[in-house]
Amino acid sequence: MLTNMVGALNNALELILKENDKAVILGEDVGKDGGVFRVTDGLIDKFGSNRVIDTPLAESVIIGASIGMAINGMRPIAEIQFAGFMYCGFEQLINHAARYRSRTRSKCTVPMIVRTPVGGGVRTLEHHSDSPEAYYSHIGGLIVVEPSNPYDAKGLLIRAAHLDDPVVFLEPTKLYRLFKQEVPEESYEVPIGKASVVSEGDKLTIVTYGTMVPLVKDVVSSKKVSAEIIDLRTINPLDESTILESVKKTGRLVIVHEAELSFGVGAEVAARVAEKAIFELSAPIIRVGSHSFPYPFPGYENYYIPNAVKISKAIDKVLSV
Amino acid sequence: MLKSVFEGNVNYLQVLDENGEVDVTLFPSDLKDEQVVEMYRQMCFARAMDAKVLSLQRQGRAVTYAPLIGEEATQVGSALAMRDGDYFVPNFRQHAVFAARGMPLDLILIYWRGYEEGLAIPESVKALPYIVPVASQLPHAAGIAFSQRYNKTDNATITYVGDGGTSQGDFYETLNFAGVFKLPLVTIIENNQWAISVPRSRQSAAQTLAQKGFAAGMDVVQVDGNDVIAVYKAVKDALEISKEAPTLIECVTYRMGMHTTADDPTKYRSEDEVAEWRMKDPISRLKKYLVKKALWNDGLEETMQEGQKKTIDAALEKAEAFKPDPKSIFEHVYSYMPDVLKEELDAAVESNFYEE
Ligand SMILES: Cc1ncc(C[n+]2csc(CCOP(=O)(O)OP(=O)(O)O)c2C)c(N)n1
Ligand SMILES: [Mg+2]
Repeated sequence: MLTNMVGALNNALELILKENDKAVILGEDVGKDGGVFRVTDGLIDKFGSNRVIDTPLAESVIIGASIGMAINGMRPIAEIQFAGFMYCGFEQLINHAARYRSRTRSKCTVPMIVRTPVGGGVRTLEHHSDSPEAYYSHIGGLIVVEPSNPYDAKGLLIRAAHLDDPVVFLEPTKLYRLFKQEVPEESYEVPIGKASVVSEGDKLTIVTYGTMVPLVKDVVSSKKVSAEIIDLRTINPLDESTILESVKKTGRLVIVHEAELSFGVGAEVAARVAEKAIFELSAPIIRVGSHSFPYPFPGYENYYIPNAVKISKAIDKVLSV
Repeated sequence: MLKSVFEGNVNYLQVLDENGEVDVTLFPSDLKDEQVVEMYRQMCFARAMDAKVLSLQRQGRAVTYAPLIGEEATQVGSALAMRDGDYFVPNFRQHAVFAARGMPLDLILIYWRGYEEGLAIPESVKALPYIVPVASQLPHAAGIAFSQRYNKTDNATITYVGDGGTSQGDFYETLNFAGVFKLPLVTIIENNQWAISVPRSRQSAAQTLAQKGFAAGMDVVQVDGNDVIAVYKAVKDALEISKEAPTLIECVTYRMGMHTTADDPTKYRSEDEVAEWRMKDPISRLKKYLVKKALWNDGLEETMQEGQKKTIDAALEKAEAFKPDPKSIFEHVYSYMPDVLKEELDAAVESNFYEE
C-alpha cells in the first residue's frame, strides 16, 4: 500500500492489536479523536474502548501505569501527545522503566512502547517541537528508536512490540505526512539496533536520523557529492559497527541532527569514532545540530534548526581538509 | 467505633441566571452599576479580540491559537475581582484576564504571531507568561504566593487551570503545598467540560472538581462560570480571606469553540450539546440584565463595538510591524554570553543565519 508515516503507524498498531490481545493503546485523545495527529484513527472502532483507552490528562500515570501493565503481562503502547509533555513521565521512565529488569535480575521486565511526536519545523507552539532522544538514551536501559520513513516506522514499531524491553518510539512530526512510500500490507519487522545505509559513497560519511534524513539526502544529491548516508533509526543502543565501517572507508564524518548541538547524539557518535577510528580520519569530525538552547517560538525556528545551507557548508568544510 | 470524621459540602453559586435575572440576596453589595457595565465591555472586548486572532490564524498571520469564546465570564469576572498588586498565573487560554489586567494588546498578538517578545510582560501587569504544559504553572503560582507572604505583602496570587489540568500531579501537589503553608493562593478551575476530545467525565469520577480541594484542607466553591457576577463574588470573597487560607474555585463554563485552531470538535462532540450551552451564553445574559436596568442600549453597543475594533486594529498594526531579530534567540539564554554559545552566534551571523 502507498502510505505516509501516519498511515504506516496506524496500520502497524492495528496489526499489533490484532495479533496480541494483551496489547492496548492508552493516552490522551487516542480514542474518538484518533490522536491529535490521527495515528490511532479508527482503532477504537475496531478494538473498542477497552483496548484503545482515552486516559485522564496525566502523563506520569500514563507511563507509570503502562509499566505496571507491562510487568503483569500486558503490552501497553502509550501515546504521549508531544515529546515536550513526556517530561511529566520522565521519572517513571528513568527511575523505573529503565531499571526494573536489572534491579530484579530480569524477573520484572517492562515490554512497553511509549510513542511520541518529536521535532519541529512545522510552526507549532512552545514545547511542541522538542528533540529529546539524548535524554532517554543517556540513562541506558531504554531503547530509543526514531524512524525517518513510513516503511521503517511500521517495521520498527512492530519489532518494538515483539521486544521484551521498554521502547521510546520517537516520531518526527514533520515527516508524518511529508511523503508516501510503498509499504507491505502484512506484518514485518525492521531490526532494532541496526542503522540503515541510505546511500553509498566514498568521500564522506554523514550520520543522521529523523527529520534530517530527507534533508541530508536532498543536499547530497544536489551537491552531487559521493556521500555515504547512514540513518541510525535506533539511537540507543547505537549501531557503532555500521558507522565505523563507513568512516574507515571514507575518512570523513559529518553528523547531522535536529536536536540541540551540545551534549547530544552527535557527541556520542563523534566520541566513539574518535576512540576507535581517529587515525583513519582525514579531517576533523563536524557536528550539525540546532543551537545549544531550548527550541524557540515558531517565528524563530527557521533560525534555529539546521537547514540545507548549514548542512552544505559542513560538507564543504569537511571536504576542504 | 465508627464515626464520621470529615464532612464536605460544595456550594454552587449563581447570581445572574440565563434570563438576566439576579438573586438580590447574593448580589455583591459593593458592586456598582458602572462596574457591571465594565464587565460587559470587557467580555465583549475579549470576544472581539478572540474572533480577530482566530481569523488571523486562518489567514496564516498567527500560529496555532486557543480560543476563549464562551469562557469570558470566568476570565473577566475573576480578573476584575483582583486588586492592585495581585499576581496572576495563567495557562494558555486566559487572554481576557491578560487584557483586563492591562497587558498591552500588541504584546498578546506578538506572542500569537510566534515571538517570545510578546511575553516580555510589563512589570505593572504582574503576571507570568502563558504556560503551555498543562498544570505545570500551578507550582509557580504557589511559589509566588509564598513569596508574597514572605515579603509581607497583603497581596494574593490567582491562578488558572483547566478541567483536564486537575488530573495532573502538579495540581494536587500545589493544592497540598498551599494548604500546608496556608498560602494566599486562589486557584480557579476553568472547567470548560472538555480537554481537547476528552470529556470532563473522563478526568475524574468525583462529582465536582471543587471537592478536590477538601483533601488539601481548603475552602472550595463551585460557581456558574458563565455568570460574571458570581465569578466576581467568589473570587473577591476568596481574596478577602487569602491572608489566612487558600481557596479552590471551580467555574463551570463551556468551551464554545475548538480546543485550538488545530482541532476539529465535530469529531467528538455533538452540535446539540454546543447548542444547549449557547443558551447559557455569558455575554447575552449580562446584556439582558443591563438592558432591563436601562444601563445599556443599542447606541452604546454600537459605539463600544466601533471603539473596540479601533483598539484591536491599532494593536494589530503595531504587532505586525514588529521585526524579529534572530540574534535575540541567543542573547537571552543566560545572564551572560558563554564562549561556546558566542561561537555558535558568530558563525550564524557570519553565514547570515544560513538564509536559503
Ligand atoms: C502536560 C501536557 N500534556 C498535554 C498537553 C496537550 N494539551 C494541551 S491543552 C490540552 C487539554 C487541556 O485541557 P484542560 O486542562 O481542560 O484545558 P482547556 O484546554 O480545556 O482550556 C492538552 C491535552 C499539554 N499542553 N501539556
Ligand atoms: Mg477544559
